[in-house]
Amino acid sequence: MCKDCGCGLPGEQPVGYSAHNHDHPHDHEHDHDHDHDHDHGEHHAHEHSHDPDPAHGHGHPHAHTHSHPHAHGDLVHDHPHTHVHSHPTAAGAGGTEGRRSLEVHRALLEKNDRQAERNRGFFRAHGLLVLNVVSSPGSGKTTLLEKTLRAIQPALRAAVIVGDLATDNDARRLRESGAPVVQITTGTVCHLDAEMVARALRELPLDGLQLLVIENVGNLVCPASYDLGEDLRVVLLSVTEGEDKPLKYPPMFQAADVVIVSKIDLAAACDWNREALLANLRRVSPKAQVLELSSKTGQGMAAWQELLAAKHRELTRRPSLPI
Amino acid sequence: MHELSIMEGALAMALEQAQQAGASRLHVIRLRIGALSGVVPEALQFAFEALSSGTIAEGGQLAIEPVPARFWCEPCRREFQADDLLSACPDCGTPSRDLRAGRELELASLEIE
Repeated sequence: MCKDCGCGLPGEQPVGYSAHNHDHPHDHEHDHDHDHDHDHGEHHAHEHSHDPDPAHGHGHPHAHTHSHPHAHGDLVHDHPHTHVHSHPTAAGAGGTEGRRSLEVHRALLEKNDRQAERNRGFFRAHGLLVLNVVSSPGSGKTTLLEKTLRAIQPALRAAVIVGDLATDNDARRLRESGAPVVQITTGTVCHLDAEMVARALRELPLDGLQLLVIENVGNLVCPASYDLGEDLRVVLLSVTEGEDKPLKYPPMFQAADVVIVSKIDLAAACDWNREALLANLRRVSPKAQVLELSSKTGQGMAAWQELLAAKHRELTRRPSLPI
Repeated sequence: MHELSIMEGALAMALEQAQQAGASRLHVIRLRIGALSGVVPEALQFAFEALSSGTIAEGGQLAIEPVPARFWCEPCRREFQADDLLSACPDCGTPSRDLRAGRELELASLEIE
């Protein structure tokens, strides 16, 4: 399903990359990169280089002992040593002579994290409560949102950004609620990132709105790594999915602010065990508020709407940040 | 599942740093990957091999330092390592809301020539 996971490799260029490549023309971030480096002061190779000097007896063994613990540390079973030593070095240099180490210490998702912070500032300035709704495919995100939008407007006027690999079926369903909806079709990318959300925002009329719901791609793994700038990460889990799901996907549940147990009307039919699920959730996501509801029967929907209204009040009571 | 795009970003960052430092070869890329980062190190290795070919990192090594999950236990006033990724304190059993380490996705250092 997801070429971004590498299953489409090797040979062909993963299609999902086009989505990433699109990011580049929008970047103005190189300056920031440099600032970051200088803050850390670790940018310049020379300060940290342990250039193994061939005339210096310690140079060589040192370089080796450094690389070994890393290689064995975990997952590098792929003949790390032979790799390092066997391939030819540049002409004129023999062995590991001339090698030096360069400290970097930069977050791999720094670009996403910076954009997420920009999004967050934008949301604060607009007084928007923003939800990032994630779950496995088929847990009932779209149905919950349809019902939520119908019930909560006009008290909280809402807009939706919805991500899917393909089709705009969800967007069409959600538009029937009257709320503005932007569909992001990610192609093969298995998650939304902060830049995709920023681009979608340009298409949304946000004036006079109080709530923005971002329906992420149905996937309990990849979206966990990407901050979108949301206020609340809402993880949906239907009673049909098994009580041990939180234990199987700790990164996602650990980051949850709200866990919604959906399709609660099917609990009896599935022999759903409330105590087991709550115990598992407590072990993985102690900060999450847990709500049980059924979009179909309406059970639990009032508590969900109250939660949103309360969070919005909490947000707007705070003084907004200077832009 | 998103390791390919994460590795693509990591490699681009590493190549940029190496080139700025005037390197002609990139021998080792060291990453720090948290146990709760949602990223699978084996998949990064696979992606690295695929993506590094044709660059100065081709034939080089991706060294991944795993960062265990660590929580702060308020009742015990101490930090504990959670190898099972669960937040309950091994001593008092209280679930912790305070994750101190384990979400890292970091380019730590390079070995260049």
